[in-house]
Formats: sequence, structure tokens, C-alpha cells
Amino acid sequence: MSPLKGTPAQQKHLAKRHAASRRFRWYGIAGLGIALSTLLLLLATMTFKGYTAFFQARIQLTIPFEKPLLDPDGNLSQDSLGRGDYRAVLKNALNHAFPEVNNRNDKLKLNKLLSDGAPSQLQTLLKDHPEWLSTSQEIWLSASDDVDMWVKGVVPRDLPEQARHISDKQAQWLASLEENGRLQLRFNSPFFLNGDSRNPEMAGILGAIKGSVLTLLITFLVSFPLGVATAVYLEEFVVKGRWSDFVEVNINNLAAVPSIVFGLLGLALYLNLLHLPRSAPLVGGLTLAMMTLPTLVIATRASLKSVPEAIRDGARALGASPLQVVLHHVLPLAAPGMLTGTIISMARALGETAPLLMIGMVAFIMDIPGSVTDPATVLPVQIFLWADSPERAFLEKTAGATLVLLIFLITMNALAVYIRNRVERRW
Amino acid sequence: MKNSFTLKAKNTLPSESSLPPGAAGAGNDPVKMDSNNVNVYYGTKQALKDVALPIRMHRVTALIGPSGCGKSTFLKCLNRMNDTVVGCRVSGSITLDNEDVYGPEVDVVQLRARVGMVFQKPNPFPKSIYDNVAYGPRIHGMTRDRTEMDQAVETSLVKAGLWNEVKDRLKEPGTSLSGGQQQRLCIARAIAVNPEVVLMDEPCSALDPIATARIEELIDDLARNYTIVIVTHSMQQAARVSHFTGFFHLGELVEFNQTGIIFTNPKQERTKGYVTGRFG
Repeated sequence: MSPLKGTPAQQKHLAKRHAASRRFRWYGIAGLGIALSTLLLLLATMTFKGYTAFFQARIQLTIPFEKPLLDPDGNLSQDSLGRGDYRAVLKNALNHAFPEVNNRNDKLKLNKLLSDGAPSQLQTLLKDHPEWLSTSQEIWLSASDDVDMWVKGVVPRDLPEQARHISDKQAQWLASLEENGRLQLRFNSPFFLNGDSRNPEMAGILGAIKGSVLTLLITFLVSFPLGVATAVYLEEFVVKGRWSDFVEVNINNLAAVPSIVFGLLGLALYLNLLHLPRSAPLVGGLTLAMMTLPTLVIATRASLKSVPEAIRDGARALGASPLQVVLHHVLPLAAPGMLTGTIISMARALGETAPLLMIGMVAFIMDIPGSVTDPATVLPVQIFLWADSPERAFLEKTAGATLVLLIFLITMNALAVYIRNRVERRW
Repeated sequence: MKNSFTLKAKNTLPSESSLPPGAAGAGNDPVKMDSNNVNVYYGTKQALKDVALPIRMHRVTALIGPSGCGKSTFLKCLNRMNDTVVGCRVSGSITLDNEDVYGPEVDVVQLRARVGMVFQKPNPFPKSIYDNVAYGPRIHGMTRDRTEMDQAVETSLVKAGLWNEVKDRLKEPGTSLSGGQQQRLCIARAIAVNPEVVLMDEPCSALDPIATARIEELIDDLARNYTIVIVTHSMQQAARVSHFTGFFHLGELVEFNQTGIIFTNPKQERTKGYVTGRFG
């Protein structure tokens, strides 16, 4: 027995210690594995369910842009083009494509293949290309959500006719369109360019994205300067004592308050007391700012605390005033940590729904908000609204919007990690 | 061994020749900073008891004593770095050119411009070498333009004996220097604001012997223009660099005298015990 191996009793003891550290390692790996696979599962289901939202069934029709119907004033003005009868033009186009359909009831069914938004799509196109008047053009138009679901195979085709939205006749027409290459799944531009809509095929997330951006902008503008100033004051200037302890405890408590409570506060303060506009990003941003402020203060204080006291002492010993110590030395060194904390609390605010429900950002809003006082909604609330809608086609929209939200969140968090790694500590 | 360094202390007493004749009484150099009845409390704990210690102009005063004896506390009173310590109270009088540094009309910022400080651990700012030195003159508005600033930076670095090593890399971060260079950078930074007194809190305790030797040489040079107070754990160092030494023990100033006398012929038993290594 070599002396390095130790006595059998020592060896036994050693083996136990090694086994313990191996077990601990495995616990860690198992925990990580579970977390990662849950994340992957989430992403995979969302992608699987949501990617179809980025494509849309479209029907190609030969549209005769008849001048008398579409330009009633005959002067090509936007106003005149805006009053054209696009529905009639579409009917003509469909009649032309399916000359064999002449029964009134069937014609109605034929019209139903196209989206209710198709006339306005035509209008937008013509306004962009007035030179198309009096010509015929091949145009891809959005199909109705029922057609969309049919093409995507969401509805089983062997259901009895009365159980599905697409009748046998319509299915026949669709088959003939598909055969001629006039029915395709194409990139769903309305999803990215429109606001909300009652028609799933016309509903988009641009309104919600813009609402989110405007809301976050307000949140950032309010909570960042306020949070940093509060943190700097509490960390660098306040005389530690009973009062500062009281403030500190309460900030920590605020960080733990459920977000819906901040929604109630926002409702009482901004809407009832200050009479700010309902459903507006301004109010949403202010409410979320109240919610993020405590977290931001805590994160900023942590990064201020991590600046070594020796740096402050060095500056003080040179005769720097307290403000100079903070501005010249502490803040620049704490900046990466502060930025990371800010981005993470902004990401949290981006994903927040509950407080916004309280201040009316849950309304159905079709317009894309142009300013912070326009009614708007935000991405997570849009997801909530769609998830609640009865139409089958909103299901994939829900997943699609969730994907977009996740992409935003992951990008923000990745940015935070990048900043943290990029600006390494140099002391 | 113990005797050898006390002997050496006597021989290498830095500017013994520059001491005016008759300085044996230690009372002939003008007093730059004076202190009387200084008591310091941290909360309820008394850290300094009735300390009275004169700091003479353009001389090096060393404060020695075992850990926790109050020597660093005393040093920090001299430029009021204790102000930011929670629960610290100072009573008694500390004067700079006969002006009470704890007086109500004293601006700490101005005081610290006159009484600079170098810390135990080199603490260069995470900025360039140039900016480290330029920081003090900049915040005090001591230079009018870029050329003057360049000049001030160069002068300070030359005085700190660092110029030749860094003149080609002034834009590099101060933290990229070696430990000894960093400490000399901190000294350059401190003297760039033209202080009258420089306080050094164990400036060599984090350095290797070679870097220590360089700093000690530097202290010798600096004593011509500055009044220096140095706290040190190393009695050899106190013996090598200082003209006057104060021995602290348990918050009291046990003995204060010319360094030669403290190390060869101390009056107090406790001093004798400490400098000969019997306790500490």
C-alpha cells in the first residue's frame, strides 16, 4: 500500500467525498437539461404552430380595372379612386374566372372565397398604380380565413359538408384554382403591415408592435433617469440610517408587488385623477414605469455597489466633490451593469399584460397608433385578444404573434448579455 | 538581526545631513500640521486616545505600530478621509498651517487638494495613464490649456520617477502597469495637484522588495518639496525613510521622536519591545 493512497478507512472516506461531488454535478446538469428542454419545447411548439401565420392563402385573379366603376369623378384623384366600387370589380373578375357559375346563391359562395379585405387591397394597389386604370392586371388577393384554413389543412377535408365552412362546391372551385396555379400559400404581408382586424386574414401585428414600441419608449424615458437618480442617491449620497433602511425595505417590497396592482394604481392615478387618454401608450408607459422602477433601482444599486470603494477613495483624496466622484468615476464603471439591468427590466415591461388591461389597452383597435396619445394595444395584449377569439384562423395568429414577441425578448436579452461581456471590468 | 537593522537605520537615516544642526531636539523644523488631544471614536469604540503629534515641514514622519493601533485612523484624520466612515467621530484639534482642518469653514475638497493621499493598494482609475495624472489638475482647474496640462502631467510623472517608463504609452490604461508602477502612478496623481502634505497609508505593503525600494527612494526625493506622513508595518522601512517616527499602541501615541532615537534609544519600554521585535 502506497502512503499516497492512504489507509483503507481514508480511501473509503475519500470515495464518499468524490461521489458526493459527482452527484452534485449531475444535479446541476439535470436541472439545466430540464430548463433547456422546456425552453426548446416552447420554441418548437410555437414555431410549429406559428410559422403558418407568416403564410397566407392567396388567389390570383385577372382584375379588369374599369374606369367608370373605379374612378367615378374621372380625374384620377385619390379621393375619386377612394370612392370606386371595388366590390363590383371583384364580382366581375370572379364571374369572368368562373363563367359556369350563374346561380345567385353560388355566386355569393364564390365571393366568399375572397377575403372581406380584398376590395380594400385592390383600392390600395390602384392608388399606388393609377396607370392600371382601364387595363387588366393579374393580382394576388388574400383568400378568406376559411379558405386559408382549408388550404393549410387545418380543417380535415373528410368532414361531412355541413360540419365545415367550405362547401363541396367551393372545394371544387378551389381545386380548379389550385390546378391553374391561381391558389397559393404566399408570404403573409398583411400580418406584418396591418393593425388588428375582425377578419383573421386581414389582422396584423404592426399596430401592436408600434404600440409596444411607444409604450416602452415612455417607460424607458420615465424609469431610466428616475431609477438611476434614485439608485445613485441611495447608494452614494444618503446617510445610512433608519430612514435609508426604511426606504430600502420598501423598494424591495415594491419590486415584489404583483403587476396588476400597478395597473390599478395607474387606473386610479392617470385615468381617474389626471384624466389622461384611455388605452394610450402614454398611460401604459407610465404604468409600466412604476412597475419597472423598483427593479431598475435594485439592479442599478447592485452595479454601483460593485464599483470598488478604492476608486471612490482615490477620487476623494484628490479633492473630487461627491458629485464628481459619482459622475467621473462611479457611473462610467457601473454603466454596463446598469444597462444590462435596464434592458432586462425593459424586456419584462415588454412582456407585461396585466397592468395594461386595467388602463384599457385591451380594446379592439384597428388603427396603427401614430403618437403616444392614440389608442393602442401592445404585443402581449394582442396575443391575449387573439387567443380569446372564436375564429379558428386566430389560433395560428396567436402563435405567430407569440413568436414575434419571443424574438423581441430574446434579442433584448441577448443584447444585455453582449453588453455585459463586451464591456469587461478593468480593475 | 534585530540589531543590524537598527544600526542600519542610524546609518541610512535619509537626509540626516540635511537636518539642521541642533535638530536633535526635534523642535527646530517648522511644524506643518499639528494635532492635540485627538480622540477618534467608531461608534462607541475609541480608536485614538489623546494623540498629540506634530508633523514637520519637508520631513518624513513615519507612524508605526501593531495592527489596529490607530495609526491609519490618525492618518485619515489629517485629510478627513474619515468623514465618509459611518459612525466615526473626531474630537481635539488638527491644524494645517495653524488652521483647524475640522473647522466649520473648512471645505474638505480644498483640504484634500492641499493634503493628498496614497493608499495601501494601488488604485489607479481605469483610465489612461495620462488621464490618471491629469484628473486632479483638471477638476481643480489648475491648467489653462492642453500644453500646460501636458507639462503638469510630465512634471508629476518625472517627480514620481515613472516618466521614462511610461512616456511612450501615456494613452494606455493605468491598470496595465505593474503593481509598483501603479503605486508610483498613484503618487504622481497625488502630487499633480501640488499638495503641501502627502499622506501614505502603507504604500508598499502590496509590493515586492524591488518596487518597495523604488518607492522608498522616491519618498526620499519627494521630502525635499513635500511634507510626508507614512504609515508602515515595516520598521525597517520606517527606519530607512523617515526623519521622525511615532509609535502607536492600542490607540495611544506611545512615543514620538526622531527616528534615530526611536530605534536606538527609545524612552518607553513598549517602544523598545516593539522595535526590537518582542511584540507586535
